[in-house]
Amino acid sequence: MSIDWLVPAILTIVTAATPLVFAAVGETVVEKAGVLNLGVEGMMIMGAIAAFATAVSTGSEVLAILAGAAAGLLLSLIFGVLCVYLQSNQVATGLALTIFGLGLSALIGHSYVGATFDGLAKLDIPGVSDIPTIGPLIFGHDVLVYLSVISVALVAWFLNSTRAGLLVRAVGENHDAAHSIGYSVMLVRMGAILFGGAMAGIGGAYLSVAYTPLWVENMTAGRGWIALALVVFASWKPWRAFFGAYLFGGITIIQLYAQGMGVEVSAQFLSMLPYLATILVLVVISRDSAKARLNAPACLGKNFHVSG
Amino acid sequence: MSETPQTLTPRLELLGITKAYPGVVANNNVSLKVMPGEIHALLGENGAGKSTLVKFIYGVQKADSGSMLWEGEEVRLANPNAARKLGVGMVFQHFSLFDAMTVEENISLGISPELTKGNLSVRIREISAQYGLPLDPDRYVHTLSVGERQRIEVVRCLLQDPTLLIMDEPTSVLTPQEVEELFKTLRRLSEEGVSILYISHRLEEIKTLCHTATIMRMGEVVAECTPENETARSMAEMMMGENLVSPERTDRQTDGSVRLEVKDLDAASTHQHGTDLRSVNLQVRAGEVLGVAGIAGNGQRELMEVLTGEVLVDRAESITIDGTPVGQLGPVQRRGIGVGVGLVPEERLGHGAVPDMSLWENGFLSAATRMELINNGFIQVGASSAFAEEVVEQFRVKTPGVTHPANSLSGGNLQKFIVGRELVQKPGVIVVLQPTWGVDAGSTASIRQALIDMATEGAAVLAISQDLEELFEISNRIAVICEGRMSDAQPAENVTVEEIGLLMAGVGPDGEKAHAD
Repeated sequence: MSIDWLVPAILTIVTAATPLVFAAVGETVVEKAGVLNLGVEGMMIMGAIAAFATAVSTGSEVLAILAGAAAGLLLSLIFGVLCVYLQSNQVATGLALTIFGLGLSALIGHSYVGATFDGLAKLDIPGVSDIPTIGPLIFGHDVLVYLSVISVALVAWFLNSTRAGLLVRAVGENHDAAHSIGYSVMLVRMGAILFGGAMAGIGGAYLSVAYTPLWVENMTAGRGWIALALVVFASWKPWRAFFGAYLFGGITIIQLYAQGMGVEVSAQFLSMLPYLATILVLVVISRDSAKARLNAPACLGKNFHVSG
Repeated sequence: MSETPQTLTPRLELLGITKAYPGVVANNNVSLKVMPGEIHALLGENGAGKSTLVKFIYGVQKADSGSMLWEGEEVRLANPNAARKLGVGMVFQHFSLFDAMTVEENISLGISPELTKGNLSVRIREISAQYGLPLDPDRYVHTLSVGERQRIEVVRCLLQDPTLLIMDEPTSVLTPQEVEELFKTLRRLSEEGVSILYISHRLEEIKTLCHTATIMRMGEVVAECTPENETARSMAEMMMGENLVSPERTDRQTDGSVRLEVKDLDAASTHQHGTDLRSVNLQVRAGEVLGVAGIAGNGQRELMEVLTGEVLVDRAESITIDGTPVGQLGPVQRRGIGVGVGLVPEERLGHGAVPDMSLWENGFLSAATRMELINNGFIQVGASSAFAEEVVEQFRVKTPGVTHPANSLSGGNLQKFIVGRELVQKPGVIVVLQPTWGVDAGSTASIRQALIDMATEGAAVLAISQDLEELFEISNRIAVICEGRMSDAQPAENVTVEEIGLLMAGVGPDGEKAHAD
C-alpha cells in the first residue's frame, strides 16, 4: 500500500482527536477537583456556535477561538455557581447544562446554517513543511493541534508538579480535610470548573472552524460524552486521556476508510468499533483496580458545604 | 523564662467564649489560660464542647461572643492560616490527610507556602529524626498505619515551629508503645517552651502527662485541677457531675456450652498490607467474655471481617455458631441465625453506620429481622423509631432526635448508639471490635457493664480490643492475636498485663521470639 494514502489519513486522525483532547483534558482538571460536570457536550456545542458565528462575522481566527473559549467558560460559570455555591446536584445540573447548550446553540445557529468559512489555516513553514511525509505530519497542522498537545503537557505538569495542582487534587481527594487545613474548597473548584469550561469551548470551536468549517445543528454528535468517558477510562491521567482521544480518532477514521474500501463487515459494526476499542484498551491499561481507586478523586461528585 | 511565673503572660487566654448551634449551646462563657511550656488537658465527656472550643482556637470556627488573647494581645482569627501564623498547630482527631498522596505532599499542603520552598523532604527527615518520629516522605498515606499517619500530622505541625500545639484525642488509636513515643515527644516540646493543649479520654495518661487540666461539662468549664493530685476516678466524676460506677465482673469461669467456635481458620487478608489469619482457633462459651488483645494490624480487622461475614471463608464449618456452620453466610444471615448475632465493627462512619442516614434508619439496618421492623417488605417506621429511641435512652446517646443523621453525632455518641443498637437486640453471640474507642469515661463504663451483663445473662461475648485495661476489666478469658495467629485463651485472673504485653509483641513465655518458624 502506498504511503500517499497514509499521510492524509493520519492528518484526519489528528483533526478528529484534537477536540476530544481539549475537552477531556479540561474535564480531567474539573474531576480532579472533585466536581463531575456532565455538561461537556453542552459547553462544546456552545463553543462551536460561538466560534463559528464569530469567524463568519469577523473573519478572525483568533477571535473565533477566543469566542469559543468564552462561550464554554460562561456556561461552566452557570454550572459552577449552581453546584458549588448553591449546592445543586452535580449530575442533574450537568445534564441540564448539556440540554440547555444544545438547544441554545440551535437557536443561535439558525441563521448560520449554510454560512461558510475557510477554516483554520495550516501551519506552513517554507521549506520545512514541504519535506515529504514528515513535513506535513509534524509541521503541517493548524495552531490548535499544537496548542492541544501543549495543554496536555501543561496540565500534566500542573497537576503533578505544582503546589496549585496539588491543592486541586487535595480538594478532590478530601474536601473536609482541605477545608480544615484552611483552603477554600469552593474557590479551587470554581477555578477548575471555569478552566474545564473554556477547554470544552475550545474543543467545540475546533469542530466548527477547523474540523468541518460549517455549522450543523448538534454537530458535536456526542463527542462531549466521549470526552467524559475518556477521562474516567484514562484514570484521570492527562496523557492517557490524550492517548485515548487519538485511539478513538484513529479508529473512527480507519473504519471510515475501511467502509470506503468496501470491507465486508456491515457498516454498523464498523461504526461501533471506535467506542468499543477505546473503552477496551483504556480498561485494560487501567485494570489494576487498586491503582485506579487511588487515581479516582475520592470526593468526585460530592458537594461541599461548611458545617457549623 | 521569667523566675516569677505569676507575672508571666499566658500564651493563650480565652475569655467568655460562647458558641451556639441550632438546638444546643456548645460553649457557654468558656475561659481558659495556657502558659508557655505547659501541657494543659482539656477534659469532658463526648459532646461537652471541647472540639468546638479548639476549632475556634485554630480558626476553623468563629465564636458568637468572647475574645481570645495571644501573648496578652487580643487576636481575631479569620482562618487556620492566621492561626498557623501565630504559632498554633493542630493534630486533628479525624486526621486531615489525603490518602492518595504521599507523606511529603500531605505535609506540604498543611504548612505555609514559604516553608515548602527548598528541599522539604530533607527537612521532614531532619525533624522526624530529631523528635524520634520516623517517617518516609515518599510513602503513600494509605499504606501507613494509624500511628504513622498521626506522625505526619505531628511533623506537619513541628515544621512550622509552633508555640501552641493542640492535640485532639491523639492516643485513642495508638498502641501502648506508640503512646509512649508520643509522650516523649510532647514532654520534650514542653521543655522547649511549647504549650500543649491536650484532649483525651484516657485519664491515666492525663495524670502522667499533663500539668494542669480544665474540665468541661455541657459546654461550660466546671473545674480546674492538677491531674497529678487527682485520681482518674475523681476526674471522671468531675466530668460527669455524678459518681462513676465501675463495671463489675464475676471471675467465675463458665462451663456453658460453646456458642461461637472458630476452628483451624486460615484466611488471606483482603487488604493491601493486611495480615493473613493463620490457623486461628477460639471458643466462646455461653456466659463468658473472651477478650482478644493485640497490637493494631496483627489481624484484628481480618478476624472481625470473617466473624461478621463481610469476608466469607472457604470452609463453612471453620466458623460455627451453636454448632451451625456459618462460614459461608453473609452478615444479614448471620445476624438472624438461631440465638442471634450482634456485630459491632470498628469504623463508626461508613462501616458501623451509614453517615447520611438517620439514626432510626441505621437502627433498622441492623435490627430489621430480629426486632421485626419489617412487614411484608414494608418498613415499620413507628416500630423502627421506637427501637432507635430505646437505644438512645438506654445508652444515653446525646442527640436531638432519632431523625438526625448519624454523622451529626460526635464520635463517642455514635459509638454508644452502634454498640447499643446491637445489645438492645439481646443477641446470643456478640462480637465487638474496639467497643469504647473515643468514648468518654462514663459511657465507657456503661458499655463495658452492658457487655458483662449480656454475658451474665448467658450470651457469648467476643471483645477484640487494643485497650488492655478494658480487656482485663471485662474478660473472663484473654487470648492474644499476633501476626495473624491466636494464642490459647487463659483465665484473666491467671495472667498479668506484662505476660499479655509480651505475647502481643510476639515474644513467647520463655523469652523466645514466638512464631520464628
